[in-house]
Amino acid sequence: MFIKALRGLLLPAVLLLTGCQTVLMSPSGDMALQQRDLIVISLILMLLIIVPVIALTLFFAWRYRASNKKAIYRPDWDHSTVLELLIWSAPLLIIIALGALTWVSTHKLDPFRPLERLSQGREVPADVKPLVVEVVALDWKWLFIYPEQGIATVNELAAPVDRPIQFKITASTVMNSFFIPALAGQIYAMPGMETKLHAVINKPGVYEGFSANYSGAGFSGMHFKFHGVSESEFTQWVAQAKQGSALNRDAYLRLEKPSENEPVSRFSSVAPDLYEAIVNLCVKPGTPCMHETMMKDAARAGQPAAGEHGMHDMANMEH
Amino acid sequence: MSDHPDLAKLIFGRLTWEAIPLHEPILLYTFIAVALGGIAVLGAITYFRLWGYLWREWFTSIDHKKIGIMYMVLGLVMLLRGFADAIMMRLQQAVAFGDSAGYLPPHHYDQIFTAHGVIMIFFVAMPIVTGLMNYIVPLQIGARDVAFPFLNNFSFWMTTAGAVLVMMSLFVGEFARTGWLAYPPLSGIAASPDVGVDYYIWALQIAGVGTLLSGVNLLVTIIKMRAPGMKLMQMPVFTWTALCTNVLIVAAFPVLTAVLALLSLDRYLGFHVFTNELGGNAMMYVNLIWIWGHPEVYILILPMFGVFSEVVSTFSRKRLFGYTSMVYASIVITVLAYLVWLHHFFTMGSGASVNSFFGITTMIISIPTGAKIFNWLFTMYRGRITFELPMMWTVAFMVTFAIGGMTGVLLAVPPADFSLHNSLFLIAHFHNVIIGGVLFGAFAAINFWFPKAFGFKLDPFWGKCSFWLWVVGFYFAFMPLYVLGLMGVTRRLNHFEDPSLQIWFQIAAFGAVLIALGIACMLIQFVVSFRRREALRDVTGDPWGGRTLEWSTSSPPPAYNFAFTPQVHDSDAWWQMKEHGYRRPLSGFIDVHMPKNTGAGIILAGISTVLGFALIWQMWPLVVLAFVSLLATAIGHTFNYKRDFYIPATEVAAVEAARTEQLASHV
Amino acid sequence: MGAEAREPLQFHLETEHHPQNGTLLGFWLYLMSDCLIFACMFAVYGVLGRSYAGGPTGAEIFELPLVAVNTSLLLLSSITYGFAMLEMQRNRQRGTLIWLAITGLLGAGFIGIELYEFTHLIADGAGPQRSAFLSSFFTLVGTHGLHVSCGIIWLITLMVQVSKKGLIAENKRRLWCLSMFWHFLDVVWVGVFSFVYLMGVLP
Repeated sequence: MFIKALRGLLLPAVLLLTGCQTVLMSPSGDMALQQRDLIVISLILMLLIIVPVIALTLFFAWRYRASNKKAIYRPDWDHSTVLELLIWSAPLLIIIALGALTWVSTHKLDPFRPLERLSQGREVPADVKPLVVEVVALDWKWLFIYPEQGIATVNELAAPVDRPIQFKITASTVMNSFFIPALAGQIYAMPGMETKLHAVINKPGVYEGFSANYSGAGFSGMHFKFHGVSESEFTQWVAQAKQGSALNRDAYLRLEKPSENEPVSRFSSVAPDLYEAIVNLCVKPGTPCMHETMMKDAARAGQPAAGEHGMHDMANMEH
Repeated sequence: MSDHPDLAKLIFGRLTWEAIPLHEPILLYTFIAVALGGIAVLGAITYFRLWGYLWREWFTSIDHKKIGIMYMVLGLVMLLRGFADAIMMRLQQAVAFGDSAGYLPPHHYDQIFTAHGVIMIFFVAMPIVTGLMNYIVPLQIGARDVAFPFLNNFSFWMTTAGAVLVMMSLFVGEFARTGWLAYPPLSGIAASPDVGVDYYIWALQIAGVGTLLSGVNLLVTIIKMRAPGMKLMQMPVFTWTALCTNVLIVAAFPVLTAVLALLSLDRYLGFHVFTNELGGNAMMYVNLIWIWGHPEVYILILPMFGVFSEVVSTFSRKRLFGYTSMVYASIVITVLAYLVWLHHFFTMGSGASVNSFFGITTMIISIPTGAKIFNWLFTMYRGRITFELPMMWTVAFMVTFAIGGMTGVLLAVPPADFSLHNSLFLIAHFHNVIIGGVLFGAFAAINFWFPKAFGFKLDPFWGKCSFWLWVVGFYFAFMPLYVLGLMGVTRRLNHFEDPSLQIWFQIAAFGAVLIALGIACMLIQFVVSFRRREALRDVTGDPWGGRTLEWSTSSPPPAYNFAFTPQVHDSDAWWQMKEHGYRRPLSGFIDVHMPKNTGAGIILAGISTVLGFALIWQMWPLVVLAFVSLLATAIGHTFNYKRDFYIPATEVAAVEAARTEQLASHV
Repeated sequence: MGAEAREPLQFHLETEHHPQNGTLLGFWLYLMSDCLIFACMFAVYGVLGRSYAGGPTGAEIFELPLVAVNTSLLLLSSITYGFAMLEMQRNRQRGTLIWLAITGLLGAGFIGIELYEFTHLIADGAGPQRSAFLSSFFTLVGTHGLHVSCGIIWLITLMVQVSKKGLIAENKRRLWCLSMFWHFLDVVWVGVFSFVYLMGVLP
């Protein structure tokens, strides 16, 4: 029994060591790196109490076994104020520390918040504007629109190293989650809503991206490659996309139809306001746009308009 | 049928021959196996002329002990189904790499993981928890039965009706392909037009009625029916945790009822509550379902905390350390259970302050939970611990649960959750607490109270085999998932590209095989124990040196539980009676007032099953018929005023004399 | 433990123990759980109540005079139920039955007007499928109406039982439960009336 329990202790430790080479433990983007640090610090804080608890469990189980007649036996001892104070305050102290850490880090690493640094000790230069990428989760593929470059891609994403990226994320029909583990934590892609993610890739390379929320039959094939590249390679990549076809509203409506394991494709131009229309669920001609409907509703209810983007605010109560 | 398509459509709704999955070999073979097994069981019951016995003594019984046992049987049978789903998933994920698509297409695989979650939570964990509370609580508080014995029977059969509907979905139509919480818009009519989500909705609604009524029932039982002298702060800890759990049930399940009702209005009548169009709001579903869903986890784990408290003090032969702080810890957990629901969707774009608030409240729950673990530790300290099976499960729980608790607090840190949410790390975490907490607790409880329920102990050899296979299998099955989570692997995938992941899935599948052997050993344990029942017989009624009132009566207890209602002076009431050299009275027996059996519960639940099935397939004439007969039967039942009877004193005297003889034979 | 030094403790009762009846407490708990269902429906209405999706608003479709009549019917039925209970406590079966019948009629009137309102709304293109606001409106008001309908069926059942068995203890207990149910629905309606109808027509 004790050998078994010991294994219970050792196994996770061994696994944690192997875990050190995993993508979450050695990421390539600053956001993911800070999240990694947070995971490690929190784990260490908790091990301060978990290790003694497990050790004491096994020790007491062995020490006070019935066959050990040498051990003291106190059948009526059921209370000790000092001990009670200790067993409530020890976890309390750890949770206070962890709680403070949580409050600070949750605000610092809020995906909606523009980046302040590229990596440890490197501020974002004042003249650098983030690269904007509009992300749409379709059934079952990813559409990436680059408004600045005027291109769009399906199931392939690229960004220059050390340039902040601002992702604007939405979905066409059901919920998905936009996740590139090497770059930053995930955020949901939801129809009729917009979420945001600010991140930066620090090392060139090709990274896995995928949907982290089950969305139906084609979910397993809903992954893409994220290329962290140099500025010049990025320019080339954009130029390559420029050779594709145009993404007008009709092309989008064709693309939107459910399909599985979709190969990479590229679009040389994007219809104006396409992304706005997707967020507001009015790409199809004749459908009313959600933000307009909401503004009219609000006006008729005698209430001040709910803001230009209407439903955008549903998902993020604070932004 | 083809001559009158409209008539057929009216009567059968959406049900056609295509709904029977004859084209899916896996399901076909399963169906044949289940059908043969079912025919064998039914045939055996008929051959041995057991129908009358089962109907009179079990199905219509309002005895809380028999209902408790039936709940446990339901939970264990459904565990086999839920586990079959689990091992199929493990196998698929271990083989579906690169060019191999595995053996389960997405259409089938997606039903399996949904069914696995739904069955394990609603039809395994809930029946086991409810069954335990049903069996133990009245005995621990010195009562003859629960407050509303008929409702208790009805609740059980409604839970069973839900389970029957889920099982039917295997062979008639299909189950939901949405994940166990069926988030819209995916579960909406646009993305899931088939009957899967409807099976989900009606199975849970019908079972939910049972759960809610059983919660009310046990609450009133604990508040009103305690033996004289038993103050609240003298209730056994298991009864305390049962009280907290039932508070949670009564205050959480209505939310599930409401949210599922809204989803069905969207699906059946074209409402726009959770849809994308015309102002619907899917986020509201996510919020509401987790306002039920988070308390639900504490509904499952709190009673198990009670089980471990009873086991640890019994087998350490010591009073429980820190009874008062144990009770307050349970209450704090109960209250905090309602303040943490948003931690299930930090990644859906709530602001940083909202996320931090819910992250911190979640961590605060670990304080009372930690205090409980320390209390069990200090109960073992300076005890005389005998490692019988319940105690072994308890030690395994303490170690496993500590690990699961730690990863849980880690997931409560929002930025960490952004990386780990929906990953296999999360899967590992909640299996770590649900298997390590709820299931290990259930097994501790089964081994602990089995002799009370059946009069003989469970065989320790096969019990130990099962224990080691389960515990080792658990670590093999779920530790790799932690690693895979750190590798950024997400849940619910049925195919992988990266071959370097495969070894971890193979280890996990190996663990699942060990668990399968553990389950097999447990079944063997039941059979062997039954065959060796004379050797394992408990004639004392108190096989472990128990401390609470259930051990003061015989094993199994008589229908009336206690010939004389106990008078309580201490939280370890039976221990105190033993210390004072209490002798059970041998004369002066009185008539005992008892409730009468009734078939109304099973009939109502049967009609509810038909109603659910008709609603799922939209057979409107049958819906009307079933609804009217449900109403008529329910009203008819209220005209039955003769619901109780007296067991005459002579009969009580005879039962007690038999026990006196049995006790004498032992000495 | 110096057991012998103490007063000998009594460990069992010599006579049959009759615990208090828990029916009313149980019914209270059930009502509280039901209250949570209404709380969810109110919350949903709170979130969706202004999502007209270009369809009609509350101010455009609510007919306050009709709803006022409806409200007074239900409030009045609560009072008449109270009279029934007073009669019951004086053990007057006939009086109890008469007041119960009046209560039932008032309840039926309430349901009738509500059905009238619903059918008109649907005929005017303001059915629950039109917008999230109307979905949540129909759900909330409809849930209440469904409860009142169940209450009426229960009330008729009890009237039959009282006339057959008289005002025996069981029937009195059942009348108490229905009384709690009926007043509870009244309180919920006050919430619906203020929160949905009155606030709905506010500018």
